[in-house]
Amino acid sequence: MLIYTLLAGLLFGLYFSLMGLGLNLMFGVMRIVNLAHGDFLMLGAFLAFWLFNLFALNPIPGVAVAFALFLLAGLPLYYLLVPRLLAARDPEMLSFILFFGFSQVIEAVATIAFGTSERSIPGGSMARAAAAVASLLDLAYRPGPIAFLGQSFPVAWLAAGIVSALAVLLIYVYLYRTRLGYLTRAVMASREEAISTGIDVHRVSAIAFGIGIALAAVAGVFVPFMLGSITPAMGVDVTITSFAVIVIGSLGNPLGTVLGGILYGVSYMFMQSYYSSWANLLPYLLLIAVLLVRPSGLLGRQVRRA
Amino acid sequence: MPRLLRHALFILVPLIAALAIAPAVYGNHLLLFNLIVFMTLAQGINIVYGFTGYLPFGYVGFFGAGAYGFSLAVMHLHASPFAALALGALAALLLGLGLTPLFRLSGAYFAIASLAAALAVLQIVSNPALEHITNGPYGVSLSGVFDPSLAYAVALAILAGTVLLVIWLRNARFGLALQAIREDAISAGMAGINVVRGRVIAWLLAALIAGLTGGVYAWYISVFYPETVFSGEVTVFAIVFALFGGTATILGPILGVAILYGIYNAIGISTPQYFQLVYGLLIMGLVLFLPNGLVSLLRRRGVDVP
Repeated sequence: MLIYTLLAGLLFGLYFSLMGLGLNLMFGVMRIVNLAHGDFLMLGAFLAFWLFNLFALNPIPGVAVAFALFLLAGLPLYYLLVPRLLAARDPEMLSFILFFGFSQVIEAVATIAFGTSERSIPGGSMARAAAAVASLLDLAYRPGPIAFLGQSFPVAWLAAGIVSALAVLLIYVYLYRTRLGYLTRAVMASREEAISTGIDVHRVSAIAFGIGIALAAVAGVFVPFMLGSITPAMGVDVTITSFAVIVIGSLGNPLGTVLGGILYGVSYMFMQSYYSSWANLLPYLLLIAVLLVRPSGLLGRQVRRA
Repeated sequence: MPRLLRHALFILVPLIAALAIAPAVYGNHLLLFNLIVFMTLAQGINIVYGFTGYLPFGYVGFFGAGAYGFSLAVMHLHASPFAALALGALAALLLGLGLTPLFRLSGAYFAIASLAAALAVLQIVSNPALEHITNGPYGVSLSGVFDPSLAYAVALAILAGTVLLVIWLRNARFGLALQAIREDAISAGMAGINVVRGRVIAWLLAALIAGLTGGVYAWYISVFYPETVFSGEVTVFAIVFALFGGTATILGPILGVAILYGIYNAIGISTPQYFQLVYGLLIMGLVLFLPNGLVSLLRRRGVDVP
């Protein structure tokens, strides 16, 4: 039971890191709070659902489609919303309100388009994807739960954990090993100084905005396997959870998100297993406790900001 | 005539008189009551956000604490409505006091932490494990003290007190001190302003206002669910109304509520998702095109708005 809880917590923790990663990247680069984050996740989940139902596209390749589509959609959205917002007197606070409005718009449009019924993707699709991967790698695999350290887990949990870990790794490579990532970190460190050194701040920010939304959509693909059914109204809870995760890690430090996510995932699983009636209280209490003890998050000071 | 007296005479007196007569000429009593509730809450937001720059995204926590303080006093202590109102206000004040450590945080951290605090209180109140005290998720029913016309009058009195407070802040040294803290806390501290005391007083005043409003709301509605009085929409409505009119003014929030709440009711709530869509777009438009509120239109033309 203990080992199972710990391992499941780790897998969910990786997934929660993916959930928070995009939100944190956006805050780090633009200092704006995207309250519509959960709604982009919801849209990603709907995309995966329709891809599966209309084109019989498995959710695993669906991840790539979701990333590409949302990245492309994010770029014009940035130019539409953010430059005007950043010109206001108090952009950080106003972003709360702007993106709250945006989340209402997304939720309303999704409700009008998809209705309020709950949707899901059959878990067998994940097992088929796993079988395809296993045959590619020449591994023996029978469809069904995967055994790991003497415990068995649904394939989808493992897939979500692996995709999340890969996403974190790719963001790390992007930020620390590419020229654009180098510029992105410069903007994170100081927007004004980045402008004065001639960096095209809007281009860098637009790409970060697009990546942030695309990461949310990728996390959305796994919603039916990790969080339950897909509904247009699910965004708010997801946004709050993502906030808990990134604040625990440290706001504005994308890699701190991993620590926050795993801490959150493990404690969530322990609450679920041993004290389930109060499990819903956990994100809020953890959030407030971490904020009060270390206002800048667990990795706030030790690690240089991005 | 001193400015304070002039403002009281030309803003407060006509406002209260109009709202006192309104039920006699307009049939929708609930709508008028909600108008008063939102005017009071918008002024409460005005005191925290307009004068100190802290955006409490969980402002509804105080409203809910007041409503539940009132309900618990009526249900368990069989208190009279006025005693229950005092207890509701006390509950909100205690919550406010308990949350003062949040002032160590700034900007987005503060907003998120206060939101988490409000959600934590909601989770506690609506937890089925506490059903014998709060009646958990099933809400409360206070039919024993139901008296809408008296509750309306009390709500009006609370609004009058709140507007008077804002008029005082607008004209007194203390209000100026708060605005100085908002613009630059360090310089304000150097100029001899007690920064911590100023912020805490403004915070507790806003908590008290929301607590009283929550209590009188519970009294007027008398049957409600935890989600009703802890709804995030209450916070957002209050913030949007205050911003739309213009913060750190007396008239701004009043105009904001009168105009926007009027528009909302004109749209009609027959199809909630279309309502949500229009309202989301309205919020976005407000932040993008009128971030300093209606009064900024007049200010730009050199008119001094009280």
